Amino acid sequence: MATRKSAKKPNVSAEELLGYYRDMLLIRRFEEKAGQLYGMGLIGGFCHLYIGQEAVVVGLEAATKEGDKRITSYRDHGHMLACGMDPNGVMAELTGREGGYSKGKGGSMHMFSKEKHFYGGHGIVGAQVPLGAGLAFSDKYKGNDNVSFAYFGDGAANQGQVYETFNMAALWDLPVVFVIENNQYAMGTAQKRSTSTPDLYTRGEAFGIKGQTVDGMDVLAVKEASEKAVAHCRAGKGPYILEVKTYRYRGHSMSDPAKYRTREEVQKMRSERDPIEHVREMLLTGKHASEDELKAIDKEIKAVVNESAEFSKASPEPALEELWTDIYADA
Amino acid sequence: MATEILMPALSPTMEEGTLAKWLVKEGDTIESGMIIAEIETDKATMEFEAVDEGTMGAILIAEGTEAVKVNTPIAVLLEEGEDANAAVASTPAPVAEVQAEAPAAPKSVPAAPIAPQADLTPDWPEGTEMKSQTVREALRDAMAEEMRSNENVFLMGEEVAEYQGAYKVSQGLLDEFGSKRVIDTPITEHGFAGIATGASFGGLNPIVEFMTFNFAMQAIDQIINSAAKTRYMSGGQMGAPIVFRGANGAAARVGAQHSQDYATWYAQIPGLKVAMPYSASDAKGLLKSAIRDPNPVIFLENEILYGRQFEVPVMDDFTVPFGKARIWREGSDVTIVSFGIGMQYALEAADKLAEDGISAEVIDLRTLRPIDYDTVLASVMKTNRCVTVEEGYPVASIGNHISATIMQKAFDYLDAPVINCAGKDVPMPYAANLEKLALVTTDEVIEAVKQVTYR
Repeated sequence: MATRKSAKKPNVSAEELLGYYRDMLLIRRFEEKAGQLYGMGLIGGFCHLYIGQEAVVVGLEAATKEGDKRITSYRDHGHMLACGMDPNGVMAELTGREGGYSKGKGGSMHMFSKEKHFYGGHGIVGAQVPLGAGLAFSDKYKGNDNVSFAYFGDGAANQGQVYETFNMAALWDLPVVFVIENNQYAMGTAQKRSTSTPDLYTRGEAFGIKGQTVDGMDVLAVKEASEKAVAHCRAGKGPYILEVKTYRYRGHSMSDPAKYRTREEVQKMRSERDPIEHVREMLLTGKHASEDELKAIDKEIKAVVNESAEFSKASPEPALEELWTDIYADA
Repeated sequence: MATEILMPALSPTMEEGTLAKWLVKEGDTIESGMIIAEIETDKATMEFEAVDEGTMGAILIAEGTEAVKVNTPIAVLLEEGEDANAAVASTPAPVAEVQAEAPAAPKSVPAAPIAPQADLTPDWPEGTEMKSQTVREALRDAMAEEMRSNENVFLMGEEVAEYQGAYKVSQGLLDEFGSKRVIDTPITEHGFAGIATGASFGGLNPIVEFMTFNFAMQAIDQIINSAAKTRYMSGGQMGAPIVFRGANGAAARVGAQHSQDYATWYAQIPGLKVAMPYSASDAKGLLKSAIRDPNPVIFLENEILYGRQFEVPVMDDFTVPFGKARIWREGSDVTIVSFGIGMQYALEAADKLAEDGISAEVIDLRTLRPIDYDTVLASVMKTNRCVTVEEGYPVASIGNHISATIMQKAFDYLDAPVINCAGKDVPMPYAANLEKLALVTTDEVIEAVKQVTYR
């Protein structure tokens, strides 16, 4: 992973930096709470936490505009919060309640928001990649300058349909940013054990797709790379690949004991490379915010998350009639 | 305020576990994210992280304790300046109430069932001018008409544009609509089925042509997991208004990998609609309905039927609704239910049976999801006998399903067990004589009818 020490001073306002801090902290605290609710049996099934990867989606979202679309895999809570979806609705979906984004019928891996142009939440590894290119296809067909973001992991990067999609996206100049969130483990298999070549951002070269890698623990670096990728797509130059090197602190899902890596490895990442701590440091050393101000933000975020947890417990289970609705739209 | 730390559920199936080891002791400072204990679940030993910060006030469950139920308080975490004793006395944490009520029983058949009735509205008004057209031309006209009226409709597939269609179904469409709307794809079914489905999420109305449905097996995850389930999974927020169409079933002498009927595969999936027309007028009317439908539609055509001529009504906007079977031939002795190319055997058999004085009613289901049960049941209640005909495999076939439905809803009306005529339970052979044997035959249908009528 690239080191963080950069010679040039980041050109970023206090307001912007505080915004990233807030957005990342919301994801972190939300996910911790989700883990806790899972432990209490309020969330069932599979639950994949985003803790450690917060800078990826917050940095990417910083370069988007209204109309841009996003789609991702089953590790999706962070993406939903980052694009402005309501934490109450997300948490209530996790608990399978009526107040959830899918009325409790989708769950952790299957959530959507038409309003925020969030197209899921997909449980099949790699399937969201052609779907994301299809979203881009729809915008190009309509002749607007929207860009679609198709997020997938280092595991999905080995799926055949990803390369079918690279080929067509390049062939048809689709405005899609392929974001490879490389957290180094495809469930329990380390990247070097599953992947023939280490640099995933070069995987588009055979199709003529430009790519670059970026430090995913540094939100400003991610934002800068995102701006470049988005500019490429908006200018009609076709797709772009961003490999964002990141790290997930928790197991693949809640039931993963994560024996494939050492506790020290995780601890080292947490203490040396934490994306939220990094921004916190910048805020303090740049005198953009005081300890007290940051504490106030922490408190505020905690309140939002606690409210989402309360909402998710208070919201009733879906009515039994809901079993039979939303299968077909009226023709 | 003191916080109770509860025994966590650390797998989807865990109800209790062993508190294997405490990694902290009373009085230790706890930070969120810190690993405080090791817990053995039903699957593995997991590290248990603290969520909140504070001081470990009291450990309530000693390490090594087995069978600790999920949600049992295992420790107490104190905030600054709090006393452990006071905290332990606090009220226990509420246990999650997520008891599911028993699912609603499927709607039972009413005690006095309303007699099923066929919808006998004609597909076109009497006196409508007719013209002779092949199924191939009818399909093309349906696409062209819908593309003229809705600019979000486009066609995508292998060889659909410059080659004019591998089976010439899309002949002329590129010339009329241009390469933006008639799009040749690389031979990558999984990828383009996914891209088209994504485009439908984005508000377009794609028609995806599979050169044949045999190749759609490469794409079936996108069809089922992405296109069919999204409306439900999104709580009705979005769905896939898309048509997947192409040749289905056996052609002639193309062997096992290119000769399979997928009717029953797709008919099983909630969220999909499935059409399998026989005639040119149904091909046209149903395809137009399919393109307008806000749901994903599987449209199963047949290569052998492409060149067959039928009478098609000359109308500005002719459509056929889904879920309405067509009675091709009225009869009184037996009901023959079929669809797609199976209709060819059903109708031939009915002609020959008439010569023997057996009057067969022949029903074309036309769509397999939804299925028009009423027309079938009303007919069986009249004839008291039924034979089903299809080219697909015999196990878990559409005929099996129709038989089960008749048994449940019209048992007392049956004078003989329903017989299912289907393709044989073998991969399609290449040799001409064996291939003929593997498919359903008109003679088999005649034999089945004679059995159920005890002739």
